[in-house]
Amino acid sequence: MSVDLKAWRGVAPDDDAERTAAEAADEASVVRLRARTRRLLGSLLRPHRRALRVVVALLLAQNAAAMAGPYLVKLGIDRGIPPLSGGRDDPTVLVAVAVAFAVAIVTEFATKRGFLALSGRVGQAILLDLRRRVYDHFQRLSVAFHERYTSGRVVARLTSDMDSISELLDGGIEDLVLAGLSVISVAAILLWLDWPMALVTMASFPFLLILSRWFQRASARAYRRTREAVALVIVHFVESMGGMRAVHAFRREPRNQEIFDAVNDDYRAANLTANRLIATYSPSIKLVGNVTIAVVLTYGGYRALHGQTEVGVLAAFLLYLRRFFEPMQELSQFYNSLQSATAALEKLAGVLDEPPSVPEPARPEPLPAARGDLRLDGVRFAYRGERVVLSRLDLHIPSGQTVAVVGATGAGKSTIAKLVARFYDPSEGTVTLDGVDLRDLTDDDLRRAVVMVTQENFLFSGTVADNIRFGRPDAGRQEVEDAARAIGADAFIRALPEGYDTDVRKRGGRLSAGQRQLVAFARAFLADPAVLILDEATSSLDIPSERLVQRALRTILADRTAIVIAHRLSTVEIADRVLVLDAGRVVEDGPPDGLVADGGRYATLHQEWRDSLV
Amino acid sequence: MRPYLNQMVWLLIAAGAATGAGIVVPLVVRRVVDGPVRHGDATGLLTLGALALALGVVEALLIFIRRWTQSASALGMEAELRRDLYAHLQRLPIAFHDRWQSGQLLSRATSDLSVIRRFLSFGLIFLVVNTGTYVTVVALLIHLYWPLGLLVAASAVPLFSVSKRFTQQYFKASRTMQDQLGDLATQVEESAQGIRVIKSFGRRRHQGARFADGARRVHDTGVSKARMLANTWSQFDLIPNVTLALVLVVGALEVSRGALSLGGLVAFVSLQVMLVWPIDALGWIIANGQEAMTAADRVYEVLDTEPSIVDHPAAAVVTPRDVEGHVRFEGVRFAYPGAQTPVLHRVDLDVRPGETLAVVGATGSGKTSLVSLVPRLYDVTGGRITIDGRDVRDYRLSSLRRIVGVAFEEPTLFSMSVRENLALGRSDASDAEITEALAVAQADFVYDLPWGLDTRVGEQGLSLSGGQRQRLALARAVLGKPRVLVLDDPLSALDVHTEALVEEALARVLKGTTALLVVHRPSTVALADRVALLYDGEITAVGTHSELLATVPEYRAVLSASTDAVSSGHLLEEGAA
Ligand SMILES: Nc1ncnc2c1ncn2[C@@H]1O[C@H](COP(=O)(O)OP(=O)(O)O)[C@@H](O)[C@H]1O
Ligand SMILES: Nc1ncnc2c1ncn2[C@@H]1O[C@H](COP(=O)(O)OP(=O)(O)O)[C@@H](O)[C@H]1O
Ligand SMILES: [Mg+2]
Ligand SMILES: [Mg+2]
Repeated sequence: MSVDLKAWRGVAPDDDAERTAAEAADEASVVRLRARTRRLLGSLLRPHRRALRVVVALLLAQNAAAMAGPYLVKLGIDRGIPPLSGGRDDPTVLVAVAVAFAVAIVTEFATKRGFLALSGRVGQAILLDLRRRVYDHFQRLSVAFHERYTSGRVVARLTSDMDSISELLDGGIEDLVLAGLSVISVAAILLWLDWPMALVTMASFPFLLILSRWFQRASARAYRRTREAVALVIVHFVESMGGMRAVHAFRREPRNQEIFDAVNDDYRAANLTANRLIATYSPSIKLVGNVTIAVVLTYGGYRALHGQTEVGVLAAFLLYLRRFFEPMQELSQFYNSLQSATAALEKLAGVLDEPPSVPEPARPEPLPAARGDLRLDGVRFAYRGERVVLSRLDLHIPSGQTVAVVGATGAGKSTIAKLVARFYDPSEGTVTLDGVDLRDLTDDDLRRAVVMVTQENFLFSGTVADNIRFGRPDAGRQEVEDAARAIGADAFIRALPEGYDTDVRKRGGRLSAGQRQLVAFARAFLADPAVLILDEATSSLDIPSERLVQRALRTILADRTAIVIAHRLSTVEIADRVLVLDAGRVVEDGPPDGLVADGGRYATLHQEWRDSLV
Repeated sequence: MRPYLNQMVWLLIAAGAATGAGIVVPLVVRRVVDGPVRHGDATGLLTLGALALALGVVEALLIFIRRWTQSASALGMEAELRRDLYAHLQRLPIAFHDRWQSGQLLSRATSDLSVIRRFLSFGLIFLVVNTGTYVTVVALLIHLYWPLGLLVAASAVPLFSVSKRFTQQYFKASRTMQDQLGDLATQVEESAQGIRVIKSFGRRRHQGARFADGARRVHDTGVSKARMLANTWSQFDLIPNVTLALVLVVGALEVSRGALSLGGLVAFVSLQVMLVWPIDALGWIIANGQEAMTAADRVYEVLDTEPSIVDHPAAAVVTPRDVEGHVRFEGVRFAYPGAQTPVLHRVDLDVRPGETLAVVGATGSGKTSLVSLVPRLYDVTGGRITIDGRDVRDYRLSSLRRIVGVAFEEPTLFSMSVRENLALGRSDASDAEITEALAVAQADFVYDLPWGLDTRVGEQGLSLSGGQRQRLALARAVLGKPRVLVLDDPLSALDVHTEALVEEALARVLKGTTALLVVHRPSTVALADRVALLYDGEITAVGTHSELLATVPEYRAVLSASTDAVSSGHLLEEGAA
């Protein structure tokens, strides 16, 4: 049963935009992507240069010590035993070999331990660094980016992709390097022990190279696909867990399961392709190794037979040969993790390379204390290229004024609010605060000055007090409670089982919708901005609560700039000025009572609203 | 899991055979050294060389077969477990999802399952194979020369004690790590979903610091895990090396005594070297196994949670057509799981077939809780709710939720096409039905979207306005003509004009449908035949709007806009005059 992905997901304006700009699929950008990934890797490793040098030194020491083993065995057999046999009882050589062996063993033990601990530390530090960088970058990216990238993908990047990098870091990289080193040094020893046999061994190299080349190409593609497939699984998972009420209430379970099975199976298939590659690659390496060993055995036996080499040399050679091909197995394994981690790193590099479309200014204008004088000058705005929402808007809101914006759904009220809060930048024209273009303000200055409350009022899991304190993290408990009291939320909060310390759970689910809205209000009041934007922020409140909020607003908004968007005209009454918006244009502008008297659109709206009250 | 068990057996056989082939090679080496080389037998050498070649090819082939099938079966198992987990999560009640952070659920469905898969595809096999190799090699060593063989066998004792200590420590550390990763995933999800709030308050750095704390905790656990690994793995390296050194010394003495041939010692040592990797890998396998065990623990924590809202065996299958829609609440009591005080103490209500009853009450009085009980999103803790005299718990869930249509106060839209969002579970909804539902909700705007009904509405429908989302949610509720409608504050985000239009269309639907309607506004109350006032967890008054307005002061307080608003309306008019 296959679910047609397109049919249920629907068509979006830019499906490709779910990728970051850096991950477009064409050949040229793949090359660019690799370069970016390498740069990212470089910048991750650079701070640990010194530690990495120590790591490599430890690794070399460990490798040397490990290599000494078989050679000492050879010495023991070829040089240690003859003096003991045939009546001569001379153990000095054997004792010397034993001592050397003991030293080698202790060295190997100590270096291995030091190496593992240190490289583990470095690996964790790199992961921490990468996590923070990616997280911070996501936070810096615009709302528009998040709207198309979706939270599920953000989660995928920061969980599953990190997992695959961490897998490489804690399981692999050391063995990768170690195995590589041991292959090289064994090759040298082999040459030194018996070069004709070594040359025979080296005949296997071209095969190994060709195999590896093939694997690298194929697996890079395969792992890229697994990263995309797992992201889809995560997106679907996160979304269905988030909307479980709707899922249950509308018996969505079977259909959801069908879709999940499809994405889950897709992920399985992607993984299978990748795993089959390594399942072919690794035994092929083994095959090459085994054939080589058999050939060398025969050839070496032949040479020993003709006295061209010693038996001890043959034994040592074969031992080393195992040491040569065994790590190749590991090498292939870790090559595999590396490919998987690289695919993940590519995704992360893509995210990190995504430029914030609402960037912070390079040379910001300071605005320590905003007065709240807002001006929109010739503002033109369209969300995604196509339809223009605001065509040319001029608007001046002097500081301290409370402006109500009314108009039909889709008129562009929220868009104005979002422009003033700089969720987006206008395509043309400017939005200024106290004469400073918002694009020239630091995020800190802007956010201190402008705060927006919407009907979405997202709450974070954590206590009620923490959620209110989100408005101003340095606020004390008393200030938090004062803010709650001011908008009439104090009573219900105190009635909660643990009062202000009650955990509101994910997305504030522990509270009723109206209660959430009150907390969101308290949060905004505590922030105490110069410009407050309320976008249908009271829609879930009952009339008495709304009235309380209204009363609070009257005092609070007295000395600050406010934009109030509401379809309940009761909210509008506190405004000094009303704007009626239609299709992105201001069609009426004036004090509320003046507009009522003028008998225009607002008067009609007002009448409709009055009628709805009875 | 059955079919996988069979495969597993085959895999073990293949793996064992491959390892066996690998073990035999050193014996061939011994033959070569002791036989042809010593006796100058060239043909014997060729035969043995061919044997080594054959063994090598067989080994590689067996490994190939094992890995090829193994990846399929381990991935199949992982996918199946993930599917079961998802299916189970969908069965678990809302109360469960209220409590569990989705990041924790997600980390179980992804990281934990892949840890388990990795163990199944490598760890488990190698645990068996390596133990087998170890035992076989030691047995062979004892057979070759028993005094040295016993020496090698004795090295198992320290190995065992090292792994035992390691196992205990590591188990705890991996659990901590996986839980911390789950918390981190939760934080990531929250800050992606709450990005607007974070931006609007400029709390990027605040959130960043919180995330950094979480990431730092993961880091610390990771570092302490690395330290454990360093300790243990280096010991796993040390023990076989020490044994090898002892064997060499003792072996040399034995050779000099003539108790052992030179070729015998060479074979012994080269066979013993075969132990290095299995023992080395043991450290990795144990770590992997511990991680898989904690992961399995975490997954089974969820899988072992019994769904509490399920069909009982005798539950009836009823089609909406056979339902009149007589809804009764009989002494209903409800408390959220874990809460001390109930939200609803004693609710008695009788909604006659086709009647529309408005539920009115202050913010937080329990209206949403009350209506959630009808489609059994939660189960009552006392009393019962019946539809046509039958307890809702006696309906099959699939029937009940088909009979009852719901619109939540916060409309949830999924990142799917409009059509899919409307139909949700009803994939059989016809275009005509969808058109009709959209008309009722006055949601014609969907036809103006770039791809009409096929347009994907973004995550949580965020690129639609609140009013648009609410109308889609309403359309979804009325789609397919449920017999009982539960509408929780369905018009709160609409402007007055649209609200009037929706009310008009909705009134026609409500005529033939039993409905529970949570409302805040007098205008919406007009849709209802009667109104019930929810106050202090009880229904304190039922009657028509004007009756209650006249006789019940609490009702007046909650619903009457007149006092404040109209008087200020007068002010407006006076100002205008
Ligand atoms: N994130 C978005 N992406 C694309 N289009 C949008 C987005 N948000 C709003 N729109 C569109 O822009 C127009 C104006 O929307 P909005 O400002 O939300 O209106 P209002 O708040 O007045 O109801 C509408 O046509 C709406 O569909
Ligand atoms: N999931 C939940 N767990 C625990 N308590 C809850 C939960 N949801 C709501 N509550 C509490 O139950 C009470 C009633 O909430 P609700 O039914 O949503 O009220 P409303 O009448 O506003 O719809 C509130 O005090 C709220 O804090
Ligand atoms: Mg809006
Ligand atoms: Mg409610």
